[in-house]
Amino acid sequence: MLSGYGRTWFWACAAALAGALPAAHAQLPFESRVFPILRESCFECHGPQQRMRGLRLDARAAVVGDDAPAGLLVPGQPERSELYRRVAGLSDGPRMPMGGQLSPAQIDAIREWIENGARWPAGVGPEPTAPARHWAFAAPLRPSLRSGESGHPIDTFVRARLRQAGLEPMPRAGDATLLRRLSLDLTGLPPSLDELDSFMADRDFDRLADRLLSSPHYGERWGRLWLDAARYADSDGYEKDMPRQVWFYRDWVVDALNRDMPYDRFVVEQIAGDLLPGATQAHQIATGYLRNSMVNEEGGTDPEQFRMEALFDRMDAIGKGILGLTVQCAQCHSHKYDPFTHEDYYRLFAFLNSADEAKVAVYTEEDRIRRDSVFDGIRAIEDGLMRDSPDWASHMEAWEESVRGGQPRWTVLALEVDDLSTGGQRYLPQPDGSLLAQGYAPTEHVAKLVARTDLPEVTAIRLEVLTDPNLPLGGPGRSVYGSGALSEVRVEAAPAGSPEDTREVWIRTATADIDLPERELDPAVFPHKEGFVRRAGPVEFAIDGCTDSAWDLFAGHGRSNQPRKAVFVLDRPVRHPDGSLLTVYLDQSHGGYDSNVGQNNNLGRIRLAVTDAPDPVADPLPARVREIVELGSASRSRSATREVFRYWRTTVPAWSEANRLIDEHWSRYPQGQTQLVLAERPAPRDTHVLRRGDFLEPGERVDAGVPGFLHELPEGAPRSRLAFAEWLVDRRSPTAARAIVNRIWQAYFGTGLVATPEDFGTQGESPSHPQLLDWLAVEFMDAGWSLKHLHRLIVTSETYRQSARQTERARAVDPDNRLLSRGPRHRADAEIVRDIALAASGLLSRRVGGPPVHPPAPELLFKPPISFSEKPWPSSEGGDRYRRGLYTFQYISAPYPAFETFDAPNGATACVRRSRSNTPLQALTTLNEDLFVEAARSLGRRTVAEAAGDEARLAHAFRLCLSREPRPEEASLFRGLLANTRAQLAEGDLDPWQIAVADPEDGARPDAAAAWTVVARALLNLDETISKQ
Amino acid sequence: MTPTDSANLVARRWFLQQCGFGIGAAAAAHLAAGEAGGAVRAPHYARKARSVIFLFQAGGPSHLELFDYKPELARFDGSLPPTEMLEGYRAAFIDPNSKLLGPKYGFRKAGRCGFEISELLPHVATVVDDVAFVRSTVTDAFNHAPAQLLMSTGAQQFGRPSMGAWVTYGLGSESEDLPGFIVLNSSDSGPSAGTAIWGSGFLPTVYQGVPFRSGGDPVLFLSNPPGFTERLQRDTLDAINGMNRLEYERTGDPEIETRIRSFELAFRMQSAAPDLMDLSSEPRETLDLYGAEPGRASFASNCLLARRLVEKGVRFVQLYHEAWDHHANLTKGIRDVARDVDQGSAALIKDLKRRGMLDETLVIWGGEFGRTPMTQDTNGIGDGRDHHPGAFTTWLAGAGIRPGFTLGRTDDLGFKSVEDQVHVHDLHATVLHLLGFDHTKLTYRSQGRDFRLTDVHGKVVRKLLA
Repeated sequence: MLSGYGRTWFWACAAALAGALPAAHAQLPFESRVFPILRESCFECHGPQQRMRGLRLDARAAVVGDDAPAGLLVPGQPERSELYRRVAGLSDGPRMPMGGQLSPAQIDAIREWIENGARWPAGVGPEPTAPARHWAFAAPLRPSLRSGESGHPIDTFVRARLRQAGLEPMPRAGDATLLRRLSLDLTGLPPSLDELDSFMADRDFDRLADRLLSSPHYGERWGRLWLDAARYADSDGYEKDMPRQVWFYRDWVVDALNRDMPYDRFVVEQIAGDLLPGATQAHQIATGYLRNSMVNEEGGTDPEQFRMEALFDRMDAIGKGILGLTVQCAQCHSHKYDPFTHEDYYRLFAFLNSADEAKVAVYTEEDRIRRDSVFDGIRAIEDGLMRDSPDWASHMEAWEESVRGGQPRWTVLALEVDDLSTGGQRYLPQPDGSLLAQGYAPTEHVAKLVARTDLPEVTAIRLEVLTDPNLPLGGPGRSVYGSGALSEVRVEAAPAGSPEDTREVWIRTATADIDLPERELDPAVFPHKEGFVRRAGPVEFAIDGCTDSAWDLFAGHGRSNQPRKAVFVLDRPVRHPDGSLLTVYLDQSHGGYDSNVGQNNNLGRIRLAVTDAPDPVADPLPARVREIVELGSASRSRSATREVFRYWRTTVPAWSEANRLIDEHWSRYPQGQTQLVLAERPAPRDTHVLRRGDFLEPGERVDAGVPGFLHELPEGAPRSRLAFAEWLVDRRSPTAARAIVNRIWQAYFGTGLVATPEDFGTQGESPSHPQLLDWLAVEFMDAGWSLKHLHRLIVTSETYRQSARQTERARAVDPDNRLLSRGPRHRADAEIVRDIALAASGLLSRRVGGPPVHPPAPELLFKPPISFSEKPWPSSEGGDRYRRGLYTFQYISAPYPAFETFDAPNGATACVRRSRSNTPLQALTTLNEDLFVEAARSLGRRTVAEAAGDEARLAHAFRLCLSREPRPEEASLFRGLLANTRAQLAEGDLDPWQIAVADPEDGARPDAAAAWTVVARALLNLDETISKQ
Repeated sequence: MTPTDSANLVARRWFLQQCGFGIGAAAAAHLAAGEAGGAVRAPHYARKARSVIFLFQAGGPSHLELFDYKPELARFDGSLPPTEMLEGYRAAFIDPNSKLLGPKYGFRKAGRCGFEISELLPHVATVVDDVAFVRSTVTDAFNHAPAQLLMSTGAQQFGRPSMGAWVTYGLGSESEDLPGFIVLNSSDSGPSAGTAIWGSGFLPTVYQGVPFRSGGDPVLFLSNPPGFTERLQRDTLDAINGMNRLEYERTGDPEIETRIRSFELAFRMQSAAPDLMDLSSEPRETLDLYGAEPGRASFASNCLLARRLVEKGVRFVQLYHEAWDHHANLTKGIRDVARDVDQGSAALIKDLKRRGMLDETLVIWGGEFGRTPMTQDTNGIGDGRDHHPGAFTTWLAGAGIRPGFTLGRTDDLGFKSVEDQVHVHDLHATVLHLLGFDHTKLTYRSQGRDFRLTDVHGKVVRKLLA
């Protein structure tokens, strides 16, 4: 609206008029006449809270100063001032204020004010703070410690602040207390009795810190917190919330922390590991961080909408978790408080927008070795063939000559999809004329595809089933193996001009580049409700008139994810001089019965073409081999030669035995696991500003870039995701180091130095100890972004080692311990509450890593009506029943109840600050939940077995749970509980076999085990047991 | 104030902030008044509703078969819709340019207000004079999960608190031994959007809905483990609480006091909740009114349970019945589901009314979206309707709602809400208003921003108020 007015022109006029204005006659000053009108009628939309269209009218600088938009005011000329034109209804744009009009007197007041020079005296209205001045938008500098200060730098900063408040620090906590505090903080586990004894023997705190920092459980404990921020879950969210394999990413995080990977590198690998030179499987897995977004494959969804939702989620996660800035608002409009604009948002977004949503096969070390041995075995046989036939190259050349050229000309059809035929699946048109299946994946549908061809004669139709990074394992199908099956194909034709004359066209023959032997469809992968046998095999199965048999694309693990093709020759050519309308039905009914758990067996990316050549057959050469062969053998690379050889050898009859042996090798190829990763597209996508964040309302196109109020991209840096990743953790970043340092502090002390870890912007809280925060951030970076260095710094401070006792005075002056006047004390995180019970009882399995486990949980949680659909929950046996909480399978929509109740996030969105509630449901969980009760029984049995006599047993159980012995008054409480329990047992009011879960046939009454189970259960429920202090 | 007093006060305040249980608004306000900085909310003005029962009809009931009779739609059954109607329209499954499908059931006028209601809802027809129908509800989303989230939390994304959580956060609970926000589900499947629709989002988890089940333990882990008697549980609790008291004396951490109270409340819930869920104490006449049967889980039983919960001071009861997604087999499907919910819905209104509770209880009935006037022609049968965000009917009753009133109108085909449009945000603003809250002021600070149930939208629908 204002762009029609040139800024230069405006200033020229303003300057010219300044001297020529009539002297102000008697009038009320601006602040009492005009300013109130603006305040009442304009500020709501153009004020401190909102700046619609970037305009604010509350601040002098923004109206008459340097920040004023051109043409808003032309002093002396109200009719040329957009402000006046808008309120007076003279502008082409909407009359202001929206939804109402100023009174004539008010309009006059504004007119007169402009006529008189539009003067706005300084001091009226707010002076907006320049964003650059916000503390968190300038890179941290190392504050100097006052000379003469000795001791730990953390204590220096903290004590200075305490002194100001007139508080004394608390003395050091007792050694056993510190041991338990440090063990829970660094590993999330309480000390074992051995650890307790050995520490109490030497009381060497530094050695303890070193030992715990090098424990594999360190990575588990701190990995869990990073996984919160990475919104880790083992399912994909929304309605179906299907299980997905992403645990390689979880293990990658744990491993990276255990190895103390520098934090900057840790971030770069997660944002752009796939783009690093020589990227390994681990680098690729790291990008699972971005792929942890939820996926909506509910029927009828638009995949593009949810691709956008996933990108918004990634922006949110990076904002909260890495930048420490809330960027979400700017998805829809410029940030109201921070200088982060709507455009800034989409410029950052553009860095992430050009990746495909890939799901790749990944291999454990064991699988990798097996896979290598398969490759080595095959290569050895091939090398042997070459060695034994020294003239193989000339034979192959002759063969190439014989197959080169001679392919029929195929014309790709532009397909229209009948939306009703797809069962809710979306076929997205691709630039090469193919259709990519995305979104909901039905287990049965018959896709109806219609296309026009100008060819007067059509003899055959070719179906290509192509690979695509967005398909599981790259496709070409959508099954869990990236495979698919075609149950039946049917064709109809009509003259192009008269669609009503459609008639069925019979298919005479079918050929394909893959013809597998007939087999029964694997009922484990594709279970069928009715239980009847369905078959899969050669391409003839697609034209046999029977939908129980299908053309099968699954050639075994390692060999299935490549493009395939089939050619269907029509019984009689379709001849229409003006072209034809072809309708092709692709029946895909070889999935299981439950689309809610991913049992589809659909084709993933399809392309149809026609020819008028007589009796064509499907090219037996794989597409890539055909390409190489057609290029000729001159200057061919060794790997290309090998690729051709690899196909050619299968055609040499004399080598049938070698080929059979090679097939045998393939059959040993490991299935592996899958992992969601990012794969950069060869050509970037365009990114547009989305109005109101709506993907259907793209605005102007933007290039990737970073917001002006943060540090710049290095000169000449490419606009790549990798450059973005490096920028995020650039040494000059004002927030990256502060954000992670603050979150780690928060984990120790309950509250961060900045209480809003997700928001270091102007609306976030100011730091309680700004110098300490900056000192830690700089020290952290100077130490090579070493997290273990940071942990060691914190735990060796006296601030950390203080007693957690609250004095009256501290409670009054420092109720929330923001001044750190005492040591930290709070209930442990959800998973740790349970880990403590498992560890104290001796049940805990300490195995690190591997697939998620399914400890006992109420079955009803995973079944309708609680769950939308039936979710697999195969109860884990043996050690896996007692793994650390980190490994419990995490469904976004059906969280493990003991964790949900204790405030564990569900993985739907990034979480950098858990709440810490304290509710009756938690009491019910630790009292009654199966695993907690099991732990009580085990601790009871263990106590009886490992100590003798009430006093020793009680001391033993106390040491296991609390790392200390009971005080006299505590012992007396438990003696009372024991006495009551024994009396009830003696009276027959209690059944010892039930309480202790023992076999009644198994000899003596388990009274002791029962009584001590009761004691153990009480101990495991103590506030002290589930707290870190 | 003695040191112990001050400690108790801190502990009490802690408890109030942490715990949505057992504290009435009056008590909360009283305490808040005496304590600077107490975070307890008080209503912004006199409220009409004390509690809310939301009968969530998940899946998207067809307004065209239930509440919004369209003779023109019947007349044009089988013809294509006018092209201008479809401009810019997105559908979930169907090609929008599909044939119109006339209403499958007849309608008749009911009550003194003469509301035209489907023959499928003979019981609801008997309470229309107590109900306000909003025929012009609209939403933004047309897939289940996002639309259910929007209706339940005011946003299509995950992570926002649900309406029940906001209300409990605002008013606390008046129940001594039950959570303030309880969820009941009567359908074969869980809701599409999962537990997030009764979640607490960024509010403390104490405000999240607690699902009560009609079979087994109403609350997870409510029963003692086998062999642990009530007396043993009491003895155990005494030892735990005794230990916690000693710990509190040593450390002075008020969180421990809260823990002691939590354990006591848990113990009380252990006996209160099963009693409450046991319908066998209800007189035959009441059971018959609802069509409920003790021990048999159904929507009707849940309606009766909802009344019992509200009687006990529970603030917000959310019923889910996810069964209305009639893409196909509409004719039979909607008849069956209507039969499942009709009697219970109407009985709840009657029962609340005769007990004098309707004045203080707000009942809401509706789904996440409506259905298209166009047919979804699955397998060429053409007996289904697709999701439709542009118009649907929601009804409200009780607590300050204008009875026997119909708000809004859709166009002749029931496609577009053309008069007195009520967006989901407006509905939320109105519910909060009836509970005594200005929806723009009931806020919670998260990520540097004050969040509201209505985000930056919503207007109180004054016309709906009595």
